[in-house]
Amino acid sequence: METILFYVLAAVTLLSAIFVVFLRRPVHNVLFMILTMIGLATLFILLQAEFLAMVQIIVYAGAVMVLFLFVIMLLNLEEVSLPKEPRPLRWGFGIILSLALVVILFPVFGRFVPSIVGTGQPEGIVGNVSNMELIAKELFTTYLLPFEVASVLLLVAIIGTVVIGRKFTKD
Amino acid sequence: MVTLEHYLVLSALLFSLGMVGVMFRRNLIVILMSLELMLNAVNLSFVAFSRYLGSIEGQIFVLFVMVVAAAEVAVGLAIAVAVFRQRGTINVNDISLLKW
Repeated sequence: METILFYVLAAVTLLSAIFVVFLRRPVHNVLFMILTMIGLATLFILLQAEFLAMVQIIVYAGAVMVLFLFVIMLLNLEEVSLPKEPRPLRWGFGIILSLALVVILFPVFGRFVPSIVGTGQPEGIVGNVSNMELIAKELFTTYLLPFEVASVLLLVAIIGTVVIGRKFTKD
Repeated sequence: MVTLEHYLVLSALLFSLGMVGVMFRRNLIVILMSLELMLNAVNLSFVAFSRYLGSIEGQIFVLFVMVVAAAEVAVGLAIAVAVFRQRGTINVNDISLLKW
């Protein structure tokens, strides 16, 4: 059951990721990106990371992708002004290059994986402590400083966005 | 039985797809989206490692990656809007002032 579910979800995620990269219109890219995010969120649930699955849907599918959509609407790109995509030769070159990357990444995994899987059964959730509780405990004890720094980073991003996005008035 | 390797292979494929998008698309917004795709591929392998190593740390790092990704997208899109106002295009071939 889990295996079938994994393959279906992986197929959906991969296909929509392919559409994200290869479709020409930005709005279609965004819509397929949302599908990719939802697929990843369900994969997270399969991996017993329920909290992250929820965050993934709320933050990515809910906020980030809406931001993308909003900017695309705001720019109101004409069909003529859509960037011309590079020639087929360059596409072929790119696809070969990325396949090479896949080949490079695979043997690395092959070396790592057996030793890790050999260390024992996946534990995931210990006892009746929920995933969210575990994350919260770690986040507010061991990783408290990075957590606070992350909030500062978000504040900086907000201010930066406002400053950059402001309309400059020449006087 | 789904093993760690399955997730890592999926993650590698997603990452490579994202790289194709970053390197060979000319639309700034699509490039930003492909960057998100790469970050999400890394997130997936983080969560998979967290599950199969029985440790929660991977998921915490995913949270931090999400924070950085959100900040990056907000600033990146603001830059895209500013560039479009200034130059009337978001084709990265036309915005090559700083290119050597």
